[in-house]
Amino acid sequence: MSVKEDITARVPGGDTGLIVLVLASAYLLYLLAGIGLGYDLRGQLNSIATLTFYIGVFAMLSLALNLHWGYTGLFNIGIVGFMAVGVYVMALVSKPLYVAGGAAQVGGLGLPLWVGILAGMLAAAILGFVVALPALRLRADYLAIVTIAMSEIVRFSFLSGDLQAFSLMGTRVGFGGGSGLILDFTPPLEALFQAFGLWGVYNGLVDAFRAIVPTNPKPVVDGLIYGLLLLGFVVAFYWLLKRTGESPFGRVLKAIREDEDVANALGKNTDGFKIKSFMLGCALMGLAGILWLMPQGAVTPNFFRPRVTFFVWIALIIGGAGSNTGSVLGGAVFAAVLYQGPRYFQNLVSTVFPNLDSPSGFGQAISPLISSFDPVPFLLYTIDSIRQLQLVVMGLVLIWLMHNRPEGLLGHRKETASVIPLSRPKSMVAADGGADESVRTDGGVDEGDSTVDRESNGGVDDE
Amino acid sequence: MSDASNPSVDDVANKVDDDALGAFASGVDTTEQFPLQVEGLRKSFGGITAVDGASFEVEAGTLTGLIGPNGAGKSTTFNLITGMLKPDAGTVTFNGEDITGLEPHEIANRGMVRTFQIARELSDMTVLENMMLAPKHQRGEALWRSVTPVLRDDVREQEEELLERVWEVLDFFDIDHIAHEYAGNLSGGQRKLLEMARALLTDPDMLLLDEPFAGVNPTLEKKLLEHVHELREQGYTFLLVEHDMDLIMNNCEHVIVLHQGQVLTEGTPDDIRSNEEVIEAYLGGTV
Ligand SMILES: Nc1ncnc2c1ncn2[C@@H]1O[C@H](COP(=O)(O)OP(=O)(O)OP(=O)(O)O)[C@@H](O)[C@H]1O
Ligand SMILES: [Mg+2]
Repeated sequence: MSVKEDITARVPGGDTGLIVLVLASAYLLYLLAGIGLGYDLRGQLNSIATLTFYIGVFAMLSLALNLHWGYTGLFNIGIVGFMAVGVYVMALVSKPLYVAGGAAQVGGLGLPLWVGILAGMLAAAILGFVVALPALRLRADYLAIVTIAMSEIVRFSFLSGDLQAFSLMGTRVGFGGGSGLILDFTPPLEALFQAFGLWGVYNGLVDAFRAIVPTNPKPVVDGLIYGLLLLGFVVAFYWLLKRTGESPFGRVLKAIREDEDVANALGKNTDGFKIKSFMLGCALMGLAGILWLMPQGAVTPNFFRPRVTFFVWIALIIGGAGSNTGSVLGGAVFAAVLYQGPRYFQNLVSTVFPNLDSPSGFGQAISPLISSFDPVPFLLYTIDSIRQLQLVVMGLVLIWLMHNRPEGLLGHRKETASVIPLSRPKSMVAADGGADESVRTDGGVDEGDSTVDRESNGGVDDE
Repeated sequence: MSDASNPSVDDVANKVDDDALGAFASGVDTTEQFPLQVEGLRKSFGGITAVDGASFEVEAGTLTGLIGPNGAGKSTTFNLITGMLKPDAGTVTFNGEDITGLEPHEIANRGMVRTFQIARELSDMTVLENMMLAPKHQRGEALWRSVTPVLRDDVREQEEELLERVWEVLDFFDIDHIAHEYAGNLSGGQRKLLEMARALLTDPDMLLLDEPFAGVNPTLEKKLLEHVHELREQGYTFLLVEHDMDLIMNNCEHVIVLHQGQVLTEGTPDDIRSNEEVIEAYLGGTV
């Protein structure tokens, strides 16, 4: 056991404490960066809202992927395809009916937003079923190939002109093709608060915000509240997946990850379990996709490139596959440091040193380094292209992680797959004098011969 | 019977009675008497025919030994019987039902469970998780029941019952002190014990044990054998692969000798001991 493990173990409050600590430091850093950038209050609030948004979506996606990979060992590299299907089906169901001459090229079925969300999740789950059915019976790598192919097929399908507009139930609907789809349904927050009769209260809140953000406070408040809403969804995902993992169902999933044949030989219908786990994860990915794109106003197929899938994988690997707490942490760290971090860093550098002229090409950047050992132009060039270098940075982080902490930040702390703690029941006197069983004994400790003769049936007959 | 997750003592007793009565009523009640019947089983891997038309029956309530030199096809026979491999030809009948080609879990749920020659522990799960996995038909294996608030209480209740049973078995197998250890950290012998304990927790009618005692210390081996005999007396049936001839001769009622994928001979330990072909097979003679 390395020293590093103790760092995460020493945070007060355990894993929750660790998450709070990480979130707090991320927010603090962003606020400091905001001060450096000379943001006013509005800018600071917006920056906080954006950060919260990305922490939310990546934590949700990472949790869903953890169900697939961390728990069941299903190698899904088509995450973005399930997100896309979720979003597009939601749009199809919830966009208002087509009106000739309106801004939108196509309409939807005009059903309430929550119906659309459920339909989107269902569609993602069904797509998962269709993809998984043939591939799950084969070995793990086939699922990988099938899922990534599927996600690209989905993207190209939404790009294609054939699905741009068509007629469904006598109304003109469609996916908009390459030019994108306007999401012209009631904005999600409005729909949510109206559903609970709280829209007036919300508008009151917006008005109250005028005290600190005098002009047009609505977008600021919207962003903050939506961020909070996403964090609420993260909690819900976490709750659901924790219960899923800590149950006999989750136990079978874990066994499948470890050795599917053994689970099968013990009488578990592993294909059935794999399909259920896969469909649940896909539905959650669909939901995460919906929550990500719903407030954006429009959606284009090219948003759903495979790189989004890899972002989620990096988040999971940072946090530690197999741990739900780790997934949340990984999502947060990824969003704050790797996803949003570089652009903040770049902005910060160009604000603090406004007069720096960075070279316009790689040649100009590298030649002073070679001719006169002057690294400054090269450094400036690097900082200038940091957004393009984002993927390189992510790759470096991954390599570092693989070498130094392959199990991720929290992956070493496995969550026990059972509803109850598995220590010796109080009603049972320990054979060897009732040593404290809640304390983990690390094996090899011979505590004397614990042969039990009262145990004539070895418990096999169960009473 | 095969569906009941908890065979009552009565059921088990009936099974023994029936067997005693039916012992000589040949042809009438053979499935009662011989829960496992293997007929003309064949399996080739490329050029190698690992099992070549093996036929045998295992009598209810016995400890039957399956012996043979390395590569005789014993493990492959186990794989064919339990559905891990699909036979090229032949049938497997269990409790009167043709189970040839069924999935392993379907066969396990009919009451026939096997252990693996090379222990296959679930490394990244603790010993306790390994054990808790085994019992069949757990309520919480239904996802909706495990996540829905009120229904989860039922699951919790069953988990508590299972946990007591698991700890009893852990105590019996002498692996209670490593209960919280990851299975991947166990020694070879401990893995074997875990494997057998896990198989027993599924409440099988019949257990197929592939060299279960390899690497287990002699004291514990003796204890496990006693336990096997107890279970056998209650009507459980065992098919045991083992290279230790003394162990086979002293414990099995019936011995089947497999050689080059075929049943060379079978009979009581005394029959086998006096059979020269067997000695030849074991001493490297070419048959
Ligand atoms: N999956 C496989 N692919 C190819 N050949 C195999 C496979 N499984 C078994 N064999 C071959 O089948 C033959 C029988 O193997 P099997 O494992 O059944 O023997 P065994 O009787 O269990 O031997 P041992 O006593 O050494 O365990 C061997 O020649 C082996 O090489
Ligand atoms: Mg073998």
